[in-house]
Amino acid sequence: MFNRKKYFHYFILGSLLFMSLAVIGCGGSEKKDTANQGQSGELSGSITIAGSTSVQPFSEVLAEEFMTKYPGTEVNVQGGGSSQGVTAVVSKTADIGSVSRELKEEEKAENLKEYTLALDGIAIAVNPANKVEGLTLEQLKNIYLGNITNWSEVGGSDADITLVNREAGSGTRGAFEELVMGEDTISDKAIVQNSTGAVKTIIESDKNAIGYISLAVTDDKVKAVKIEGIEATADNIISGQYKIARPFIYITAEEPRGLAKAFIDYALSDEGQAIVVEEGAISKTLK
Amino acid sequence: MKKNKLSEGLVEILLRISAGASVLAIIIITVFIFYKGIPLIAKVGIIDFLFNLKWVPTNGSFGIGAMVIGSLAVTFCSLVWSVPLGIMTAILMAEIAPPKLADVLARFVELLAGIPSVVYGFFGLIVIVPFIRNHLGGVGLSVLAGAIVLGIMILPTIINISRDAILAIPKEYKENSLALGATHYQSIFRVILPAASSGIITAIVLGLGRAIGETMAVLMVTGNAAVLPDSLLAPVRTMTSNIVLEMGYAAGDHQAALFATGTVLFIFIVILNLAVSISMKAGTENGN
Repeated sequence: MFNRKKYFHYFILGSLLFMSLAVIGCGGSEKKDTANQGQSGELSGSITIAGSTSVQPFSEVLAEEFMTKYPGTEVNVQGGGSSQGVTAVVSKTADIGSVSRELKEEEKAENLKEYTLALDGIAIAVNPANKVEGLTLEQLKNIYLGNITNWSEVGGSDADITLVNREAGSGTRGAFEELVMGEDTISDKAIVQNSTGAVKTIIESDKNAIGYISLAVTDDKVKAVKIEGIEATADNIISGQYKIARPFIYITAEEPRGLAKAFIDYALSDEGQAIVVEEGAISKTLK
Repeated sequence: MKKNKLSEGLVEILLRISAGASVLAIIIITVFIFYKGIPLIAKVGIIDFLFNLKWVPTNGSFGIGAMVIGSLAVTFCSLVWSVPLGIMTAILMAEIAPPKLADVLARFVELLAGIPSVVYGFFGLIVIVPFIRNHLGGVGLSVLAGAIVLGIMILPTIINISRDAILAIPKEYKENSLALGATHYQSIFRVILPAASSGIITAIVLGLGRAIGETMAVLMVTGNAAVLPDSLLAPVRTMTSNIVLEMGYAAGDHQAALFATGTVLFIFIVILNLAVSISMKAGTENGN
């Protein structure tokens, strides 16, 4: 009896000791130094990209290809949002930030280096069953102001419009507000969703819904309406005819060096741009 | 013997450190939430922050009034149907059902408690929301959808705690009541339920706490428009969804306002916890 108790104590003691050692061990191991470039030009080390969730899927594919091309490198891609991307670069928690809108004045004051990765169109999406084929910017604005509340007012069937909005601070919303709403604010009666996917899900299931999503994720489950008679296509965005478009930007806190520079160079090269195009964005340099 | 004493002491120290770590975590979180949130509340003014209905954080208008009401509305509506249902189920399981059936029911309730909230949300979005849109009108994403999903989610809490409270009532209560000529149902409703009332109130308050703190499922089915809902079918935003919705992109005052929302939520939860300990204390003083 006594013996068993004793062993039990040793067991507890042992496991606690093990746990504390594990904790100490974890605390002791520090993050490896980032962005090393070997003497021979061999790339190694790791970098982190953080920021816009719209740019994230592009960064992920680019990172994957980059890591295959340069074994021994590690590119971590995180989301967080455009503003987070700027914060992360300024606070040095990420080597490269991604932003899916033009930088704000106060952000430009941080002396960031900008590299335009691609252009992205914002599609105005409705349910495929919706009869409306096109809208003018003015009509679109009035829909989002809450002045037009029935589809019959813009040539559709007699049904209330389900307005879908993104959350305050979203890069897509920022771009939409800037490009469509100007100084006016979106009706607060609108449904708010915090991801492109969630917006799409609602438009797919509600035949009276309208929302704005990245052109890159538009597929045949939703219908992108023409704006001012112009279809939302890559050519129309590069030519500047389609009005609701925005840039995807990589930013760094200072002149990029080492791995960060190699990655940005790769992303802007023909090879990188081809990936970007394949993933659905629009390249400035590559058709 | 000496060796034994040494290990005893060592174990005690380690246990103390472990306990201290969890207390420290709570203190750090509390201090952090208040530290981040209070400055903004002070800047906006507590009255304005709590009762102003205008939430345009990118434009400097920080009023969470609509969200406070939204949280309360969704929570209240979910309690309205899940409390009676939960208590009735608890009575069935504790008093009426044969032990085997009660056991099966208990397992189902456990299963219900184990489903992740995002799954409830997804179910709500795919099944309940379209049902409301097609049969009751509106956009489907609504107070009602939130109340239905939340109600299902808090059922296990209400059922389990109410059942335990009923089972804790001494058998003599029921035997005496039956001996005095009361029927089974009279005994349940006139004798057992009143005796178990403090436990049942605890169940309701804990359910309330879970409902008001629930985030993911509510976010997915309520539409999140930051306005006062004018009907059960109107979209609504709760305090929890407000934080999750906008956290990713918020910076500066906007982020502080979300922490401030968290501060308010935290105070709500503390009040609820106090209510639970008071009702539990009342229960023990009643002789349970």
